Amino acid sequence: MATRVLIPTPLRAYTGKQEALLLEGKTVGEILASLTATYAPLKRHLYDDAGALRNFVNVYVNDEDIRYLQKEQTRVTDADTVSIIPSIAGGRS
Amino acid sequence: MLLTLTPAALHRIRLHAAEAYPEECCGLLLGSEGEGGKEVLDVLPMGNAREESRTRRFLISPADYARGEAVAAAQGLGVMGFYHSHPDHPARPSQFDLDHAWPWCSYVIAAVENRTPTAVKSWVLKDDRSGFDEEIIESRDPAPEAPQAAPAPRIRAGGA
Repeated sequence: MATRVLIPTPLRAYTGKQEALLLEGKTVGEILASLTATYAPLKRHLYDDAGALRNFVNVYVNDEDIRYLQKEQTRVTDADTVSIIPSIAGGRS
Repeated sequence: MLLTLTPAALHRIRLHAAEAYPEECCGLLLGSEGEGGKEVLDVLPMGNAREESRTRRFLISPADYARGEAVAAAQGLGVMGFYHSHPDHPARPSQFDLDHAWPWCSYVIAAVENRTPTAVKSWVLKDDRSGFDEEIIESRDPAPEAPQAAPAPRIRAGGA
């Protein structure tokens, strides 16, 4: 079983320019672990030093933000699409 | 590294920075990536989604980002990065910029002093997230396509 994962432009330099990947996993956490196992340099950009998803990394299952589901324990099937969508934040201080 | 911006795109960034003053402006850089670096052919101004601290912070929501990727794709372009302004502050990234940066993307920062745009600089996150490297900005229109172009053109001039 593999779930379709949509990769945003900023991360495609790490996935061989691929916009979508098929990855194995029963939960969002397993899917993301599969992603970072395959493309190890992605890990530091998705997770902070404590191993938590960075707060500007938004993960959706279909159209639902996983923060409002079961977070990384959210279960997925091969009928679902997982999307990583950036928030862009910054400022002078 | 080199970031090419059309003069029109650069003008729109400066204009947006001046109009938003004293708040920060923000937007997406639309273009394509070639062998010589990224080429920005258009910009997509975005509303600052922050509800507070708008004079020193900006936010582009995931919904707006997704809309921007769709707008870019409809023009045959991609999101090359982002721009924002630093009101009354230099055009260099802050620690807050660093903490929230995405890799590969160009971060164009427009300094604006008392509503007058000044320096515009571009930065790319280092791969180890320890800081940014500055990109050289070159402002020029895309070269016209050769009439008998042997290689495939890298730029869709109609998208600008």
